[in-house]
This record gives sequence, structure tokens and C-alpha cells, in this order.
Amino acid sequence: MSDKPSKDFHENITDRLRPDGRKPDDFRPIRIEVGVIKRADGSAYVEFGKTRVVAAVYGPEPMHPRHLADPEKAVLICRYNMLPFSVEERKKPGPDRRSIEISKVVKDALSTVVVLEEFPKCMISVDMVVLEADAGTRVAALTAASLALADAGIPMREMISAIACGRANGQIVVDLTKEEEDAEDAVDVPVAMSSLTKRISLLQMDGDLTIEEFEAILDKASKSCVKIHAMQRDALLKKYKKEGEEVDIDGEY
Amino acid sequence: MASTKLTVEYIKNLLERGRRLDGRSLNEFREIKVKYGISKKAEGSAEVCVGNTRVVAGVKMEVGEPYPDTPDKGVLVTTAEFLAMAAPEFEPGLPGEDAIELARVVDRGIREGNAIDMEKLCIVEGEKVWVVFLDIFVLNHDGNLIDAAGMATMAALLDARMPKLTEDYEVDRSKLTDPLPIRDIPIPVTVRKHNEHLILDTTALEEEVLKGKFTVTTKINGNLCAMQLSDGMAMTKEEVLKAVRLARDTSSKIRENIFGDQLKRVKKQ
Repeated sequence: MSDKPSKDFHENITDRLRPDGRKPDDFRPIRIEVGVIKRADGSAYVEFGKTRVVAAVYGPEPMHPRHLADPEKAVLICRYNMLPFSVEERKKPGPDRRSIEISKVVKDALSTVVVLEEFPKCMISVDMVVLEADAGTRVAALTAASLALADAGIPMREMISAIACGRANGQIVVDLTKEEEDAEDAVDVPVAMSSLTKRISLLQMDGDLTIEEFEAILDKASKSCVKIHAMQRDALLKKYKKEGEEVDIDGEY
Repeated sequence: MASTKLTVEYIKNLLERGRRLDGRSLNEFREIKVKYGISKKAEGSAEVCVGNTRVVAGVKMEVGEPYPDTPDKGVLVTTAEFLAMAAPEFEPGLPGEDAIELARVVDRGIREGNAIDMEKLCIVEGEKVWVVFLDIFVLNHDGNLIDAAGMATMAALLDARMPKLTEDYEVDRSKLTDPLPIRDIPIPVTVRKHNEHLILDTTALEEEVLKGKFTVTTKINGNLCAMQLSDGMAMTKEEVLKAVRLARDTSSKIRENIFGDQLKRVKKQ
């Protein structure tokens, strides 16, 4: 197999409009807000079109049950859940195999940036709830979780931003809807990337892709993560920037 | 095999110089052994050993109902269990998140890699289809479980013969008929990382040092059909692409090496 993109492939990535009128690189309308759950230590709301997710963080607090405590670092507990009425067919409440796997990969991604060594014998819990699902719920949940951790003042080496990219109806597109995910040729690739070192910490894929297509998807996803990060930063500034305060955004780099 | 800080440092030091505790190079697999038909009661079964890692997989088939969105396709159900005997840190009980992840990653490889022609498993559209149960058990854990499980599953599928179906759609296991309609042989290859080095086929001890993993499943034609990055690994875009190419090339070698005969049969169809 050659690694050169084929002629067909180039024809496939023309800028045709998508079912909802977007261009291939367009996000759905994105809304991000920090501090939406008042009792929590940190929280965030993320909306990618009709996909809507809330994340809340509690901790660090002493590990419970105590025998699970790690003497060297905090234990990160992540729970991703869908509300029963967030999807077409009612989803039975509580965790299932899919949500257990998503909780795990989200935790794995966050653990690459949270400074867990700062809090031995403690736990930090991250709860993510999908209010409404229209594809891309795990990346919306991870984007919200990263913000909620920052809102809780938990030390992080960098932020995490996530988006799904993929192929639908013969072209490589950003932020797929459920309608696009259901296309005959659809492949959905959720990707999470860190804000400073640009490292990928979540990447899943199932479908059928050539390496060239995957490369194009990964490229779009990493560019999109940079844009998502700017929106996350704006949401934090909106809550924390004082009236008239000058914030040197580049200073954080 | 709990590692001391000294062992961890030693392993890291070796990897730094491109070397490993057992003398292998960084992208060298341990010996792979496949044994077919380990359980005569199963429709298909196999045991795969990769070094000291030992995984068994079995196929059982039943008649059931199709999913409403795929009325003309059979159903695939994959489970995995890390037996308590396989490692001191494994506990008996329901599968944990690692076992669930393994089962789902292997399942996606088989499903999206079109290993089985699911349309051939339709009996009466919208009413009756074959349900293929893939059950994976880890008997001994010495690392690289996903790759071993993926190979064992594929071997069990290639070993499987369909039971006879009576006129009133009862399963008659006294007569096994045709092999399963296998159309591809997707093989997962898991890549780990230490600084800029990419490492294949890690042992349990090495995995205590190299926590994160990236599994890439490829089909016969070299296309990608499943990927999973997890366990807290952070890779640059370039590292991801390098790992994908390494996994694809390795998967093709493994396929030739352990499924060489079946590969000819599958390609012919």
C-alpha cells in the first residue's frame, strides 16, 4: 500500500455543505459556561449543537473508602452517564459497559494533566451527565470535565480540549451530528489534545479508514482542539476576570 | 510480580538504550503459539500464548432476534474476563473496567474489520438470526493482553463450524456444518511508549513502567478498523502516526506468520 493520498481521496475532501448546512471544518454552535453547579467545587456546561453536557468536580477530599487510597497521589474518579431521556430510545439509568469504558478513557486522558501527586491519599471526583445527546457526548464531557477541574482550582499542567472528527457522506468533517454518524460510510474519531504540549491523550476509532484518511482526520481534530481551547479559556475568563482587569493571555504560556 | 523502584529504574534505563530485560529489541514480539480446538463442546475455540501470556477464546452460537436497526444481520456478543488465577492483582467477580475495555476493543476490531460476514448469519430477516458469542478468558497475565486476546478470538472464529439448524430453527450441535463466513482477519497491535521510543509486546513487568497504551487494529488490506489510546498516555500527532504505521506493518507480519494458511482461504472468497 502506498502512503500517497489517492486521486479519489482528494476528490472526496472538497468543501461540500453538510446536511445541516455547515462546511466541513465548521463546529455546531458551541456554548461553554463555567460554575453552573453552585454546590460543587468546580463545574462546567458544554453544548455542541444539540449535545449538552454538565460536569461537576468535588475534591480533593480524603479518599473514601479509605483502603483504596493511594499513598503517593490522589485517585481520580470519573463517572460519565447519560440521562434516560437524553437519547431516542430510553436508556436504562445507571452505568453500562459503554459508559464504564467512556468513564475510563476520560479518566485516563485527564490523568495525563492533573497534578495528582499534590494530594496523596485523596480523591477527586468528576461527574459528567449527558442532558441531551446528538453525537460527540464523550468529547463534550471531557471538555467540560477539564474546565470543571480548572474551576475547582485543582492544579493542572495544561488544559484538555476534545472534539470528534471523522468521515461522513464522502468527506472529512469536524463535530459530527448523530445524523452524520448514521451515514453509510461514517467513521467517528473522538480526539482529546492538551493545550500547551499539544499531546493527544484520548483517541478512539472504529470503522474503516486508510492511513491517509486517518492522517487528515487527526490533522483537522488537532486544529479544532486549539479552537475549543480558546473557547474554554474565554469561559474561565468570563467567570474569573475582574472588571477592568488586564489579563495577559499569552502570559500563561 | 510486584516491581521494586530499583527494577523500574533498571527497565527505564534499558529502554533508554533501546534494550529490554529479556533481550528483545523494542519492536520484537515474543514467540506466539496458537492451539485450535481446545474445547470440543465449543463451535470454535483456541488458545494463544504470547510468551507467558495465555488467553483462551471460545465461540458459541445460538438462534436469536436481530437488532431492530440491522434486521438482516447476525448479532455479535463479546465478553472478557481476567481470571483471578491469571495474576495476583486480579480479583474474582464481575469484569472490571480493564476487562470491559479489552472486550470492547477486540469486539470493535472484529465487527468493523468485517471479520464475519454478518449478513450470512441472517436466518429469517427481522425475526431469526445467528447470535455469535465470543468469550475471552485470560489464564495467565504476562502483558500485552489485548493483542493476545485479539489473536485468540480470531483463531477461535477461524476454527468455528456452524451447528446444523433443524426445520423449526432449533440448533442441532450433533452435526456441525460449514465454517463461519470469515471475510477478513483483523489483528490488533498495541504500542507503548517510553520517551520517544515505541515498544511492542510488553511483559507485565514492563507494563508497570509503561502505563499508557495505544491499540491499532488493521485489516488484510492495511486499512485501520479500530483504535484505542488509553491508560494515561500522551502522544504527539507525529508519534501517533508513527505508531499507526508500526502497528499496521506488525499486524501484517503476525497475520502471515500465524494465520498464513487461513489467509489464503479468506482472500479467495
